[in-house]
Amino acid sequence: MRFMMMVIPKGYETAALDAVPSAEAVAKMMEFNKSLQKAGVLLGLDGLFPPSTGARVSYADGKATVTDGPFAEAKEAVGGYWIVQVRSREEAIEWARRAPMANGDIVEVRQIHEVGDFLEDVLKAADGFEEFPKAAGART
Amino acid sequence: MSDVHKAGDIHKAIEAVWKIESTRLIAGIARVTRDIGIAEELAQDALVAALERWPEEGIPDKPAAWLMTAAKRRAIDSLRRGRMLEQKHGEIGRELEFQQQRLGEAMDQAFDQVIDDDVLRLIFTACHPVLAVDGRVALTLRVACGLTTAEIARAFLVPEKTLGQRIFRAKKTLAEAHVPFESPRGLELKKRLESVLAVVYLIFNEGYTATSGVEWMRAGLCEDALRLGRMLAELLPEESEVRGLVALMELQGSRTVARRGPDGEAVLLPEQDRSLWDYAQIERGMSALDRAQRLGGGAQSYALQAAIAACHARANTLAETDWERIVVLYDALLQVSGSPIVALNRAVAVGMAHGPAAGLEALDVVAAEPALANYHLLPSVRGDLLVKLGRYAEARKEFERALAMTDNVREQDLLSKKLKQTLLID
Repeated sequence: MRFMMMVIPKGYETAALDAVPSAEAVAKMMEFNKSLQKAGVLLGLDGLFPPSTGARVSYADGKATVTDGPFAEAKEAVGGYWIVQVRSREEAIEWARRAPMANGDIVEVRQIHEVGDFLEDVLKAADGFEEFPKAAGART
Repeated sequence: MSDVHKAGDIHKAIEAVWKIESTRLIAGIARVTRDIGIAEELAQDALVAALERWPEEGIPDKPAAWLMTAAKRRAIDSLRRGRMLEQKHGEIGRELEFQQQRLGEAMDQAFDQVIDDDVLRLIFTACHPVLAVDGRVALTLRVACGLTTAEIARAFLVPEKTLGQRIFRAKKTLAEAHVPFESPRGLELKKRLESVLAVVYLIFNEGYTATSGVEWMRAGLCEDALRLGRMLAELLPEESEVRGLVALMELQGSRTVARRGPDGEAVLLPEQDRSLWDYAQIERGMSALDRAQRLGGGAQSYALQAAIAACHARANTLAETDWERIVVLYDALLQVSGSPIVALNRAVAVGMAHGPAAGLEALDVVAAEPALANYHLLPSVRGDLLVKLGRYAEARKEFERALAMTDNVREQDLLSKKLKQTLLID
């Protein structure tokens, strides 16, 4: 089973555009990433720019409205994530406990849906969706 | 510090710690004991201590250090009882005190620097050719994947007692054969790596295609095998075949959902709904294959098999499949493996690339192979080709022969269906 471990750094919702972690924090993070990799559980990871560089598209009455970041009402913001393949929810949580986070940070652990989890009719509705990822897969 | 756990959850949390830490723990202890059987028992003792203490005290901040300290205590206890050193380090000391101190220090040191090489040694030893193959598989899942005896027994559909004996026997064999706790180098490395990769692929296939019974797939084993493969890729970054195997497993694994029909029946590649393939997994497979090829291993067995799987993964429809390339890859694979099964698969590809008559011709070349005499896929493939040529009566005979050769209920269903179809068309 796969899990996404989402990093919610304290105050990231209002972080400055050029906010960068300290060299020490980066080194610790690299070490943690390496331990995930060595254990064979790491499938992917990414860091996200602060919300001030992002946008929110919200939907009401069939209309989409765009708001540029930062988002005044947001109480927290995702700063990055890992995707891990582990044997249980507890194992994902145990990995999250080891993440080198700063005071006040949060890591949220959520299981990723697998194709097999969906019902037949959902799959039918998703039919044809393969075109995009397949193009990516055809690269090599 | 301790987390607040619900009563039932603490055991699961301890299990999770075990899954994460046990491999490095056993590897570190084995560096001192030079015997993975003893190392594994000491690590198990540490786990038992954790199961006693942690529900009350909470999970410690540094669980790995805690477990290593507990294992050290047990090691010193057992030294005091004179068991371990008599057997392993008889030549070392006269004074128990001195020995205890030495052992304690060695274990502290081992813990401070459980190096990757220890983990590698652990895996090479568990997959040592001196062991029977089923022993290698069981021991590897136990020491390198952190599975319990019960979990392994369940996955392999054997009684727990049988599996326990299998692991016990494997440890005993290693001790009796005085297998050193080391990783091989140079030419020896290539040979021994073959054995390790074979074990990993066997675990994968055990999950991917059940060899008996109604249950077709046990995805957990596939994930364990992939995890092991990725671990090995980190430990041996220059070995192209490790990447080749990871690529092969990812690409095959990407079809897990698609190859199982709504009633649990087998759906073979041509009939699979390709929208059910896991394209993220295909991506991972493609990048591992790319690594294998860039390391110069493109012409080796696993990389070639992965390249064939990649041809399928790239095709949006069955008709788009580059069968000619697949035939070329099979030709190369035959050069390195020479397996009659490969020749059989090649015949299928020839049939797709150059028509059923050519396929049948290619099949005739392998048909005489004694290794395939009781292999149900030989008549099954022949039947498929005959159907395409409109020779239904002959096809029926082949499907009937195939049916008599397999005990797998799913395979039987599939063959019965084919048999019925030839009756309908004819």
